[in-house]
Amino acid sequence: MSTTEAAEVGALPKAESGARAGSVGEPTKGSWVVRIAVLAIVILWLIPTAGVLITSFRPEILVDTTGWWTALAKPFQAAQWTLENYRLALTSAGFADAFLNSLAVAIPATVIPISIAAFAAYAFSWMEFRGRYIMFVAVVGLLVVPLQMALIPILRLYSQGAVLFDRQIFPDLDLNGTFLGIWLAHTAFGLPLAIYLLRNYIGSLPSSIIESAKIDGADHFTIFRRLIVPLSVPALAAFAIFQFLWVWNDLLVAYVFLGGTARTKVLTIALAGLVGQQGENWHLLTAAAFISMGLPLLVFFSLQRYFVRGLTAGAVKG
Amino acid sequence: MTVKQEPPPRLPPPDPTPTQALVVDPPPPRRDAVWVSVLRLIGLIAIPVVGFFFLGTVFDFLKDENANRGIVVIVAIVVGVVGIIVLFWGMNELVNRLPERIREGFRPYVFVGPALVLLSVFMIYPVINTILVSTKDASGETFVGLDNFKFIFTDESMLRAIRNTAGWMIIVPLVAVSIGLAFATLADRLRRGEAIAKSMIFLPMAISFAGAAVTWQLVYAYRPEAFGSNIGLLNGIMLGLGQDPVPWLQQQPWNNLLLMVIMVWMQTGFAMVVLSAAIKSIPDEIIEAARIDGATELQVFRRIIVPTIVPTIVVVTTYMVINALKVFDIVFVIGSAEANGTEVIAERMLDWFFISNHDGRGAAIAVLLFVAVVPVMIWNVRRFREQEATR
Repeated sequence: MSTTEAAEVGALPKAESGARAGSVGEPTKGSWVVRIAVLAIVILWLIPTAGVLITSFRPEILVDTTGWWTALAKPFQAAQWTLENYRLALTSAGFADAFLNSLAVAIPATVIPISIAAFAAYAFSWMEFRGRYIMFVAVVGLLVVPLQMALIPILRLYSQGAVLFDRQIFPDLDLNGTFLGIWLAHTAFGLPLAIYLLRNYIGSLPSSIIESAKIDGADHFTIFRRLIVPLSVPALAAFAIFQFLWVWNDLLVAYVFLGGTARTKVLTIALAGLVGQQGENWHLLTAAAFISMGLPLLVFFSLQRYFVRGLTAGAVKG
Repeated sequence: MTVKQEPPPRLPPPDPTPTQALVVDPPPPRRDAVWVSVLRLIGLIAIPVVGFFFLGTVFDFLKDENANRGIVVIVAIVVGVVGIIVLFWGMNELVNRLPERIREGFRPYVFVGPALVLLSVFMIYPVINTILVSTKDASGETFVGLDNFKFIFTDESMLRAIRNTAGWMIIVPLVAVSIGLAFATLADRLRRGEAIAKSMIFLPMAISFAGAAVTWQLVYAYRPEAFGSNIGLLNGIMLGLGQDPVPWLQQQPWNNLLLMVIMVWMQTGFAMVVLSAAIKSIPDEIIEAARIDGATELQVFRRIIVPTIVPTIVVVTTYMVINALKVFDIVFVIGSAEANGTEVIAERMLDWFFISNHDGRGAAIAVLLFVAVVPVMIWNVRRFREQEATR
């Protein structure tokens, strides 16, 4: 992924692009057209989100009778706005619990694959062992395998163990509907990309560092802990954000392995459920949607450059 | 041994003095006493046993219906995060207790082991198993040959799903990459505000497909007469223009395009960011030279910018085609796919497997998805091997 390093939204060399815009031969008459075109696309892109945001703060009766854009006519009228929708969504609609469940799924499902992948990536880069090359080729091959291929067997694995060619090869672990079950599934689905990316990064660290640490008597575990992890922070952060958002926004894996019971449902499941039963409750639905978007948007705005890097690198994920 | 505990945190000095190198490893005792080996063996067995017992207790707590949700969540996070660290630390300690001769030969497998186990159990075994189940009946027990595949290529709803998915795979990447490229080129010419403008286009990428589906349902919302006022944006515009409101999501086959708009809305930002980076990496001199030679802006775009970034366009487009192939959440959350004729393959797979409880057909549909990505898989592996050969 040669595009990985260069792709950053917020980190553009300002001076350079400014110089290009003002340089010789640049048709200045086009700049108005350009500005208007850019602005038009941006507004077009923001309108749907703006609709949800505005609706979520309007009282139920107004949401139900008038379009959200009518609120823009008199934005300073206090009766136009309310926080009631959020209170309702968090309490009676159960989105507070769903938020907690999403955290309980997403945080370990980010940390576990990164740890496992970092160790594996180190071994693939700096340790000699039989089967190293062929194992890594397998990882590359697994990059694009659709996770739909894994749903049925893993669900059966969780509920009745594994049988291959009529032979019990794996015990019944009763992991269905548990956090451990979904962590392991998300971990496995995220692993090929994580190993691939981290090996690219860790493998490109200068070998002199590792050699001299070895001469100083450090073993592999110490080298990994004291040298590799600190040096790989940018790559680890990029993948962490990508994986966190991927898990947080995932509906399919959560739907299959956690299900829709009130106890374990995550935000995306709760949101989909709300659409199903109460499609016309827009005041609740929009507030719920924004609760589910809050954390990703926060991550997005605060960690934009890492996020983009992870996402661009994730272009090969299956 | 002392050096092991205190390794330099950063770059060690380039040339370690000979004395340093000499004191590093005092020769270890040749052979341990028998009781030491026995103790080691007990440790080797005891640690995992205690670990499993402890984990079992914790997971029983996590399954407890009546436990406070907040505490359960905190315990879950701590167990998950600490557990993985303890796992590696513990395994490393176990390896350190192995006899000297086999220790270093064993250690790499401790490092790659967990990854290999997970990938084997959760990816490689499932691929084989799904292919086998695709030849079985609803319960996944009895062999039925290719009946399930016959079904997916004759069933009307499945055929529609295949056609629709093909539409998603062509239209979504085409539109998203085109808008992304156009926007990246335009934003590149802005004197100020380029970063902000790009963030706004990129923003939908951070939210879930489910959230996006809800967002766009509000745009497409429709209520028939006498069922309340139309609060959807599109129908608001229709009313403003003096037209009758339209049940957008039931307009076959155009409703498929309306669902594709959602994915285009989400993924254009991605195309834009990657392509923008590629455009910025074109040396300014080349573009300046063309302008001085009298090339128009359109010519610069068509003859210089686009040809230079073709490899990037290919990668981005491939990514989007695969994503479109697997599209599921949007159709699933909007709902009524069968009634509205908006089925897609991944959505049918879940429907057959989870709602109709037909494992065989679900698996066969999954195999269909798998077969579709096999060319990309081969391409990835081939490209990787070429890279390794030149390394």
